[in-house]
Amino acid sequence: MNSPAKPTMDAESLRHVRQPVAHDSGIKHVQGSAQYIDDIREPEGTLHVAIGQSPKARGRLVSLDVSAVRAMPGVVAVLSAADIPGKNDVSPAFGDDPLFADTEISFLGQALFAVVATSRDAARRAVTKAVMDIEEEAPSITVEDALERGETVLPDYAYGRGDPNAAIAHAPRKLEGRFRVGGQEHFYLEGQIAMAIPGEDGDIHVYSSTQHPTEVQHVVARVLDIPDAYVTCETRRMGGGFGGKESQATQWAVTAALAARVTGRPCKLRLDRDDDFVLTGKRHDFRCDWQVGFDEDGRIQGYAVDLLARCGYSADLSSGVVDRAMFHADNAYWMPAVHIASKRLKTNTVSNTAFRGFGGPQGMLAIEHVMDQIAWATGRDPLDVRYVNFYRPGENVTPYGMEVEETDTLINLVRTLEETSNYRVRREEIAAFNASSPIMKRGLALTPVKFGISFTLTHMNQAGALVHVYQDGSVHLNHGGTEMGQGLYIKVAQVVAEEFGIAMERVRITATTTAKVPNTSPTAASSGSDLNGMAARVAAGAIKKRMIDYAAEAYGVPDEQIVFRDDRVFIGNDSVAFDELVKKCILARVSLSEAGHYKTPKITWDRAKATGRPFFYFAYGAACSEVIVDTLTGENRLLRADILHDVGRSLNPAIDIGQIEGGFVQGMGWLTTEELVFAKDGRLLTHAPSTYKIPVASDVPADFSVALYPNENREETIYRSKAVGEPPIMLANSVFCALADAVHAVDPSKPVPLNAPATPEAILRACESLRGRPMG
Amino acid sequence: MVRDTIRFWRNGQAVEVSGFHPRTTLLDYLRLQERRVDTKEGCAEGDCGACTVALGRLRGGRVHYEPINACILLLGQIDGAELVTVEDLSSTGDLHPVQSAMVAHHGSQCGFCTPGIVMSLFTLYHEGERPLTRESVNDALAGNLCRCTGYRPIVDAALQACSRHVGDSFSESREHTAQGLMSLADGRDVFIGDETCFFAAPASADSLAALYARHPDATLVAGCTDVGLWITKAMMEIEKVIWLGRVAGLDLIEDSSDRLGIGATVTHAEIHPSLARIDPDLGEIMRRFGSVQVRASGTVGGSIANGSPIGDLAPALIALGAALELRQGDGTRTLPLEDFFIAYRRQDRKPGEFVRRVSVPKLKAQEVFRAYKISKRFDEDISAVLGVFRFTLDGRRIAEARVAFGGMAGTPKRAAETERALIGLSLDEPSSWGEAMAAIAIDYQPLDDHRASSAYRATVARNLVFKALSETASGETQATRIIGRREALQAAE
Repeated sequence: MNSPAKPTMDAESLRHVRQPVAHDSGIKHVQGSAQYIDDIREPEGTLHVAIGQSPKARGRLVSLDVSAVRAMPGVVAVLSAADIPGKNDVSPAFGDDPLFADTEISFLGQALFAVVATSRDAARRAVTKAVMDIEEEAPSITVEDALERGETVLPDYAYGRGDPNAAIAHAPRKLEGRFRVGGQEHFYLEGQIAMAIPGEDGDIHVYSSTQHPTEVQHVVARVLDIPDAYVTCETRRMGGGFGGKESQATQWAVTAALAARVTGRPCKLRLDRDDDFVLTGKRHDFRCDWQVGFDEDGRIQGYAVDLLARCGYSADLSSGVVDRAMFHADNAYWMPAVHIASKRLKTNTVSNTAFRGFGGPQGMLAIEHVMDQIAWATGRDPLDVRYVNFYRPGENVTPYGMEVEETDTLINLVRTLEETSNYRVRREEIAAFNASSPIMKRGLALTPVKFGISFTLTHMNQAGALVHVYQDGSVHLNHGGTEMGQGLYIKVAQVVAEEFGIAMERVRITATTTAKVPNTSPTAASSGSDLNGMAARVAAGAIKKRMIDYAAEAYGVPDEQIVFRDDRVFIGNDSVAFDELVKKCILARVSLSEAGHYKTPKITWDRAKATGRPFFYFAYGAACSEVIVDTLTGENRLLRADILHDVGRSLNPAIDIGQIEGGFVQGMGWLTTEELVFAKDGRLLTHAPSTYKIPVASDVPADFSVALYPNENREETIYRSKAVGEPPIMLANSVFCALADAVHAVDPSKPVPLNAPATPEAILRACESLRGRPMG
Repeated sequence: MVRDTIRFWRNGQAVEVSGFHPRTTLLDYLRLQERRVDTKEGCAEGDCGACTVALGRLRGGRVHYEPINACILLLGQIDGAELVTVEDLSSTGDLHPVQSAMVAHHGSQCGFCTPGIVMSLFTLYHEGERPLTRESVNDALAGNLCRCTGYRPIVDAALQACSRHVGDSFSESREHTAQGLMSLADGRDVFIGDETCFFAAPASADSLAALYARHPDATLVAGCTDVGLWITKAMMEIEKVIWLGRVAGLDLIEDSSDRLGIGATVTHAEIHPSLARIDPDLGEIMRRFGSVQVRASGTVGGSIANGSPIGDLAPALIALGAALELRQGDGTRTLPLEDFFIAYRRQDRKPGEFVRRVSVPKLKAQEVFRAYKISKRFDEDISAVLGVFRFTLDGRRIAEARVAFGGMAGTPKRAAETERALIGLSLDEPSSWGEAMAAIAIDYQPLDDHRASSAYRATVARNLVFKALSETASGETQATRIIGRREALQAAE
């Protein structure tokens, strides 16, 4: 086991932090009383909005006749591009996402207009009555379509080191291939929803199920042509986000706001689940064209990969998403000579967006696939191929020039998991099983994760918090982070309660709102507790400092003898109840309110030069998965999973384990049963849970063990913890690699032609190919 | 004589509702009319389970709780039942044991699926087999999607809370509830609305036949697991609904030594044990049919009458040689089930005619049955291919074969050429099986769709012929199956 640097925090002295405190809304969740936006009692006269969608994927909208829509019962207004007072743009950055398309149609389902009616049912019925004339063009649907047309949403980008072509050419062994990684629908259980309530002077209050209230605020203002200060966006909780509500909750909030502006009445927009599938972006799917040169041990000498991302019709967040795929194209492996290139391809499909991992999983899966390819080529155990390639001292600079400072953590973590999972023994057992089992084949894989923590847009690495202490000793906590189930609110509350030495019950968690904390970043990039925990601690700390200053003077005791603990303040040999000191402070005219701000240190990233340190630190983990495959049908099952994951020193182990387990299972779904199928005309055929299959309870093995790796963040993060939201997704790479390993047993002399997702069909296709009878 | 309200039991008393539109779903009634928002809408198509509520109905004089997807159940269908939603569980102020366990095990993250999960666990708490196994918890949760937790803490919570002796406020008031439900069962026809727009629930087959003859344009609803989507997704303007759930006699199961008679409104949940007794593979098909919620609502008659091209049950019944009995007015007729399916979504059902009963021959001593459901996900998925085989053996040779597939054509369909090629095959000569495997390609030219490609379907179907023969030859399934191994199913019986 590794021995981290000397601990700076003593766990035993902490009352809340590091404790497995339950989710703040847990009791409300189980009673159905936690309020989501659709549960807020609607103001009298609230209207409902439905979206009129394009039936074609690409072309020109010649005419749009909504007279039949207007004539439907209950319809109050029909909105289209002409009704927009400000800019017809809901994009996060690049100006290419119209609220309503007015001439150019870019994907099937694209919003062309909206109906505002007295009920949701009336709006949904009316919306189908529009008559439109579209001059249709052949759409680009696939990566190949876009390559052929040469259409991209953003410029190509590449970086590297050395001369990989020469390195590959001169290497003892070389391989090349084309590997496809599928997309993924978020399937947050609460679909997209917003409710907008008009106020005086054009003010608007928007309740939005968004990971990014600030962006909703700014875009509402942009589209309505009013100042940001007239718009408030509030988000108490989301029923899941996973990135799908980072930029793509905005359009629905803006549509509701426009409807409220036009009608003067509260307006609500809740997408039907099938519409949500069609109208909102997904994880980017990629084609990865790779070449690798290596020695007989499987040690990489040169690697070149072209990451071809299907971005959909607009840029959305594809700049960062594909950059992050590039940043993780090395995963945990040293590449002496390397070239990582990318294309952001434009297709006439919904604009792909953030999804837990933000491109990282796709880039990482590609190199894990290459590791397996090297193993199949050399005959070495895939884990041994990974070992020889791990970053190590002296060979610890990433392709983008950042030094991996913590080289020992991952190797030690993987070695530990190799032992606790009994990898080597099971490897032999499985080989024996496969030798005697013609139909069923088992597979095993142990794969690592190294995931960079920070927004790669440096300016986004900041956060604000607002803390008030009231006269009765209760504390109002607000910050810019949003709660989507990940437990951010409880973690930040733990930090604040810890700071004041008070019971959790005294800390009132409040809804995220742009009126209290402005100019925030989205809750994304796993950054929520790193950023907001720090900002809240800064705010609470400042208040505490003023209370100490007051007490020191009033009691004539030096600062260092004043301690906040057990809901009391110990002042020298004296002590007072926390709320007593609060009351005294108020009488002494001490401010007990503070806005805290935090920005992540050390990070720099010059994208143009591809140099710097985009990440504050890396989070690590590894998983060992064992599967069984039916080689006659492609059916398969995960039999056992062992996970060891590095969350630094955990703020809340119960919440962190929940993130790890949930992320792993979500990642497993991405790589196995979750398959997005688009028809040639651009229609999404898997647009509902009846056809798009996320994991269910029985897909999770009974033999599932998750442990936190004892480690301490070498960087000064909040209580030396590490971010946990995204990295566990990639632990599921082990499931994919184990499936490939099982298929490999069909004919160990051949590489396994398996793409992701490894559906039963993909697996059977690979099996039949190894048997030399390719499946049509 | 006719009642113009529905009556159901809620929180210890009878509730009457009238004057609602026939399309009104239970979920919309709760959320929009009662303004009780504890029950959530996740998908509005009965696949995610966020809207799960419990319905209590008398079964053998005892209140029996089942989980139901409120999003695709019509309000009228709760007539005569007890309705329990998640906020009812802690109306006394204390959390229900399943709620406490969910909190203690950190079983919620975003919390949106949680009310539905709690309700599924509530029914497991009352009705689950004991000792409770992880497998039965997984089955109970198959219709509840959670995107956050990865299920482990939920399953742990269930194992803790639902393994124990039952004692909650619902078990305490069971007698009172049973009496209440009995008082609601008045045997009267229900008709709410007028001749142009109504929700009707006839109480007898004669009332039904007369009403349907008068309104052949009405939509017959049994479980509503499919019609529900016509309403919530296709936005069909259904104005006349005849719900079959109260028709006396349509819910009968006639279990004799050689046949199983399944009344049209018998639910999948109700028939599951009888089918499982015919053959463990049939039980496994039923276990994987939809989810607990879907099986509690959906009926055998409905799934047939509806003519789904996949219909995960129909191919199995066809392979068994089932017959279908239809009624129109006072007349009835019987036909082989495979003849009922004419073309994609087109059945041999005349206007005003309804499914009365399915009659399923049981297996004879020399008959071997094998069924395989191939889907992207094992649980709560519709098959890409469903293959069913009934071999009549003469020693180690196949004397006769009935083979039916779902997912391979526009309808559930028998494999005539394959059947022919199977006759006379020796179980001991695998080298002679090739012709039967190849015959699949003559019987079926399957389509590409979002579930699978044509090539996959064709390959799997061919491989399933091999698998069925191998398993019949060896009498074992340990080395040929990942789940649903017959040895384990038979041991559990």
